Amino acid sequence: MTPRLEMLLWIAQRASAAVLALCVAVHLATIIYAVQGGLTAAEILGRTRGNHAWLAFYSLFVLAASVHAPIGLRAVCLEWLRWRGASRDIALALFAAALAWLGMRAVFAVFT
Amino acid sequence: MKVSVWKGGANGAFEEFEVPRHPSQTVLDVVTFIQRTLDPTLAYRYACRVGMCGSCAMTVNGVPRWTCRTHVDKVVRADRLQVGPLKNLPIVRDLVTDMREFFDKWARAKGQFQGSRTRSEDFDQVKPSSSERLQADAAIECIGCGVCYSACDVVAWNPDYLGPAALNRAWTLIKDERDSARLERLRAAAGDAGCHSCHTHMSCSERCPKHLSPTASIAGLKREVLKSLVRGEL
Repeated sequence: MTPRLEMLLWIAQRASAAVLALCVAVHLATIIYAVQGGLTAAEILGRTRGNHAWLAFYSLFVLAASVHAPIGLRAVCLEWLRWRGASRDIALALFAAALAWLGMRAVFAVFT
Repeated sequence: MKVSVWKGGANGAFEEFEVPRHPSQTVLDVVTFIQRTLDPTLAYRYACRVGMCGSCAMTVNGVPRWTCRTHVDKVVRADRLQVGPLKNLPIVRDLVTDMREFFDKWARAKGQFQGSRTRSEDFDQVKPSSSERLQADAAIECIGCGVCYSACDVVAWNPDYLGPAALNRAWTLIKDERDSARLERLRAAAGDAGCHSCHTHMSCSERCPKHLSPTASIAGLKREVLKSLVRGEL
């Protein structure tokens, strides 16, 4: 990996962290609001189904997490497991793709 | 007081000595007493004895310190002292570490000044009050003792990491208005081995005997890299 790419990864992680800070706050506030008076699947689906604003919000949330987590794990792999090089980066790229796919699948499941 | 001193190489062990206490005694005084009167084979390193040269750093009761300016009164616990070699550096013997990798990393971080003027040109003018000069001044008094490097968790985890001292040096040159190798230096000081691996634990700033803040210098490097990337220079 080139130093330039390493710098860009660092920026991507900081930028995604800023997005996540906002998303987590909105998500937690929504949970606290939504559990007032009990929580049902019907109530959740009633809020999310066909709602493009929630679709956009949770898509952004999922994509930010898919960018943020693998870059953090990249340092963890090096510092705790001494795992570096192409094998680590390919494994983490696959992990990022899996996070994005599973997350978007969940987002669409409550939208449609 | 009882003083445990590291003897041998990486597979060595602590050996205990009984050393008399004196007023204003430094840890270096203790080590010197042991070498001169109890164990003449003890290897350790020092030169100036006044906190200028940066050669006497050791691990005292688990903490990296400059031993010539560390009073025993300040660090002794229950009349015991433990003195070992600096961590994160290979041990040559006893209290002497091999500092080559530490200084090689200064070179890898492009720690050499590179000017652009010839001797026939006039001197560069650097105003003492300029912002660049003030930022360089805040970081310039490093004596190269290796205390920050020894205290750094990231150096312990990632042997390629350039470390606080080398990055601090790069920062002082980035802020040197006369220097002409800014981009090469930013490239050398960035990435996985450079400033972007710093976790901001601040052990370097906590332990620096000159009260410098390599953490602030590393944060400055991250800012400069970001600015240069945005400008399309890197």
